[in-house]
Amino acid sequence: MIPEIGRAASLVALVLALGGAVAATAGGRTGRSALVEAAQRAGVGVFVLISFCFALLTYAFLTFDFSVRYVASNTNLGTPFYYRITGVWGALEGSIILWAWMLALYTLIIVLRHRETTREFYPWVLAVMLSVLAFFLLVMTVAASPFERLAPVPADGRGLNPLLEDTGMITHPVALYLGFTGLTVPFAFAIAALVTGRVGDAWITMTRRWTIIAWYFLSLGLLIGGWWSYHVLGWGGYWAWDPVENAAFMPWLAATAFLHSVMIQERRRMLKLWNISLIILSFTLTLFGTFLTRSGIIASVHAFTQGAIGILFLSFLALVVLVALGLVALRWDALRAQGELDSVVSRESAFLLNNVLLIAATFTVFFGTVFPLLSEAVRGVKVSVGAPFFNQVNIPLFLSLIFLMGVGPLIAWRRASTDNLRRNFLWPVALGFLAALVAFGAGVRPTLAVLTFATTVFVSATIALDFGRATRARRRTGERLLPAMGGLLLRHNRRYGGFLVHFGVLVIAVGVTGSHAWSVQTETTLKRGEHAELAGYRVRFDGLSASEESNHAKVTGAFTVSNGRVLDVLRPAKKFYPQQQSPIAAVDYRLGLTEDIYLVLGDFARDGTEATIKLQVNRLVSWIWIGGVVITLGALLAILPEARRPA
Amino acid sequence: MRTVRTRRLVVVLLLGATLCGTAAAQQPARSVTEETVHEVAAQLRCVVCQNLSVADSPSEMAQQMRAIVRERLAAGERPEQVVQYFVDRYGEWILLSPRPRGFNLLVWLFPAVAVAVGLVILTVVLRRWTRQHRASAATPSTLDAAMSERIRRELERER
Amino acid sequence: MRRAWRWLIPLSAIPVLALLAYGFRTNPRDIASPLVGRPAPAFALTAFDGTAVSLEAHRGRVVVVNFWASWCYPACYEEAPVLERAWRTYRDRGLTLIGVDIQDKREAAEKFIRDFGLTFPNAQDLTGKVSVDFGVYGVPETFFLDRRGQIRAKHVGALTDEIFRANVERLLAEPEGKPGPA
Repeated sequence: MIPEIGRAASLVALVLALGGAVAATAGGRTGRSALVEAAQRAGVGVFVLISFCFALLTYAFLTFDFSVRYVASNTNLGTPFYYRITGVWGALEGSIILWAWMLALYTLIIVLRHRETTREFYPWVLAVMLSVLAFFLLVMTVAASPFERLAPVPADGRGLNPLLEDTGMITHPVALYLGFTGLTVPFAFAIAALVTGRVGDAWITMTRRWTIIAWYFLSLGLLIGGWWSYHVLGWGGYWAWDPVENAAFMPWLAATAFLHSVMIQERRRMLKLWNISLIILSFTLTLFGTFLTRSGIIASVHAFTQGAIGILFLSFLALVVLVALGLVALRWDALRAQGELDSVVSRESAFLLNNVLLIAATFTVFFGTVFPLLSEAVRGVKVSVGAPFFNQVNIPLFLSLIFLMGVGPLIAWRRASTDNLRRNFLWPVALGFLAALVAFGAGVRPTLAVLTFATTVFVSATIALDFGRATRARRRTGERLLPAMGGLLLRHNRRYGGFLVHFGVLVIAVGVTGSHAWSVQTETTLKRGEHAELAGYRVRFDGLSASEESNHAKVTGAFTVSNGRVLDVLRPAKKFYPQQQSPIAAVDYRLGLTEDIYLVLGDFARDGTEATIKLQVNRLVSWIWIGGVVITLGALLAILPEARRPA
Repeated sequence: MRTVRTRRLVVVLLLGATLCGTAAAQQPARSVTEETVHEVAAQLRCVVCQNLSVADSPSEMAQQMRAIVRERLAAGERPEQVVQYFVDRYGEWILLSPRPRGFNLLVWLFPAVAVAVGLVILTVVLRRWTRQHRASAATPSTLDAAMSERIRRELERER
Repeated sequence: MRRAWRWLIPLSAIPVLALLAYGFRTNPRDIASPLVGRPAPAFALTAFDGTAVSLEAHRGRVVVVNFWASWCYPACYEEAPVLERAWRTYRDRGLTLIGVDIQDKREAAEKFIRDFGLTFPNAQDLTGKVSVDFGVYGVPETFFLDRRGQIRAKHVGALTDEIFRANVERLLAEPEGKPGPA
């Protein structure tokens, strides 16, 4: 029953989306509002249908309906309740329906909120949104249907991939997809601007908040992915430059560039061509990302599957790229307005430099990711391009970008006078140098760590300086300190939200530097009662215990950690799932502000007398997650509705 | 050659001593090369995982590979020799970072080239914009009716 | 002329798209072995039945070394009957077949051998050294060695009767001592 209903619903949704896209396009060309309204209703209808499909699928999961192949592949009678819900998006088919649902949700929001405010753009925005929706619905009905029937109906399912039995599963795909699909909206507006020829600022102003929100969710998704990798995958790291991680990172880089350069267009009305190109790049990179994870052309930890679906995605990617860039070529003249600048030393230049670095990083990551393919095509030799390469080439770029974070917000628009430069940068630069000396003197050795530390101090100083000066100015009018600060934050929420986000990035940068420079690890085999030592910690092996969980068998080790006094007992485990080939390592860790103790259980003797462990002491990793919280606060501040301003 | 090896060993020893604190008395030799094992293993790709290094991977195969690295280093092989042993058996693919030789130079040089190209374009554009500004500042701004009409229409289009 | 240059922009995407399309023809997990055409690494293991297994003992015969594991489903399960059949066919024609079990538990491996009735020598590679020596990155993988101990072919994935036959017939046809094409 469920398979048939679900398939029917998705088919109807597909037809509606296609029809709506056509109607919207026709409505845009002819100006007939009846067509546009029909498209609008189609959009609402698609949302209702996809929500229905989603609910139906979840219901199938919750009731163990193994007649649905997708349910049988991703759950079994032992799967706990909450993982039966999150398992809905645990594999390829579910991920497509999740993506489609979010697209439909965004389309609905546009229909409800932007009908009035977007005038000529509206039909074209609808057309683009519905076309993209139609594509994902096409994939859903033709290539990766979650509603395929399984006959004969098995007594039990295969179960969820054990690595997905984690809270990260609830949040990571959701956040990431909200970011990916969120970029569709500014893209749709950009296409609308190109088609209508209104390539000025209007489309940017309308999508400003969308951009920040999409960017934020992308950042959140990436950070949660890092957290998930850190505490589930058992290798003690949070980022491996895996192709799928890169696939999400590239749109983030391009979106960050876009986020910054639209500020120039808002202020100075320049860079129209550049901004449109950036959002096209960001959106196509999200499509490239989904293509990469689902086509199997590059080996990756995430790769869902191979086959026909890859061809579908590549075709759509090609279509989008060629149409979008074709429109750019068409409107070339209108886009190439001349810009004007008083001086090279100005905020515009800083922002443009920021863009150059971010886009260079984007292309570097892209080229590194596809290079194995290129090498094979040209030389016939397979090579690997992994973490050591990406870390090496990207670090100078990111360090420069962090430095620019300190320069950009404070340097004057158009032309920065020497006075302006001195006022804003003398102290921060001096403090930065001082910090470098202090760090070096204190024995901080990797030069990179010293540089990062100095740059971080520099940028923090610029933020503090700006905030402090502005607060002081407000206080001169008689305001007390806290209300002055609060009022400042609320009145100029975009600016200070941005500062807060920058500060969050600094915190993350410190965390990343610390974890790379000062983390240590060791691997050793211990007999019961023996201990290993690392970085002042002593880890004693106390024994093993076996247990039976609802859908797996577990062997847990008990390790007492002490550094003079007993701190904790860590229990890393190995989980044996019947359907998995090899056991899954469940790490245990003790998080701290400056240090994490991380323990992985390796081989062990059957009688529990011996165990091999990998012990890590990771430094400053928690700062990465704290930085994420700061970024969240900053983004929230930035998207607040603007305070009433004088006209 | 021998001085280099000795020096490296001394550095590793010092590193090991400072980082491992009071090393367990029973295995001084192992804790000394643990850093080097990690260094070598970090260059190699874990063959059963996707994109993890042998140093990082928790899989059994990686554990065995680390043991092989450890054994070879303890037998006196240099880190490069151990790495080459794996390359001889698996091909270049086993290296997580492509050797900067021949065709692979493309991927290594690309970032610098990308930045350079970007900076060149940026310079050209900025020059043009500042020149443009100086030019328009120099021309006298007399607005006749036709001009202001055109300006008004342009502004309308922008909106 | 100037106007036409703008169309380079969309066109510039085509090489990238072409490269991605090329990706469909390759399998990222299919790594060419640098050992083909080189002497096979020596090894000495103890079979599950206690006898010694080593390559040198079989110099002069065509040797097939097959790496497997009991958890490697479905490929090793499909391949086991093929190997047993081939063993029965060729053992008297100058073929030696050696199975190497990697990353496995002894009981599971012995059960596998029992279930499929494998009669050719199988040994467990406890330390992984043999599999690394052969550049093994997954299971099942099969190496075809000629009479002089050179690796002549490597097959990744489950074997079929045809593939086995094609490789072995070719090598059996070569007399010992005569170098064949690499």
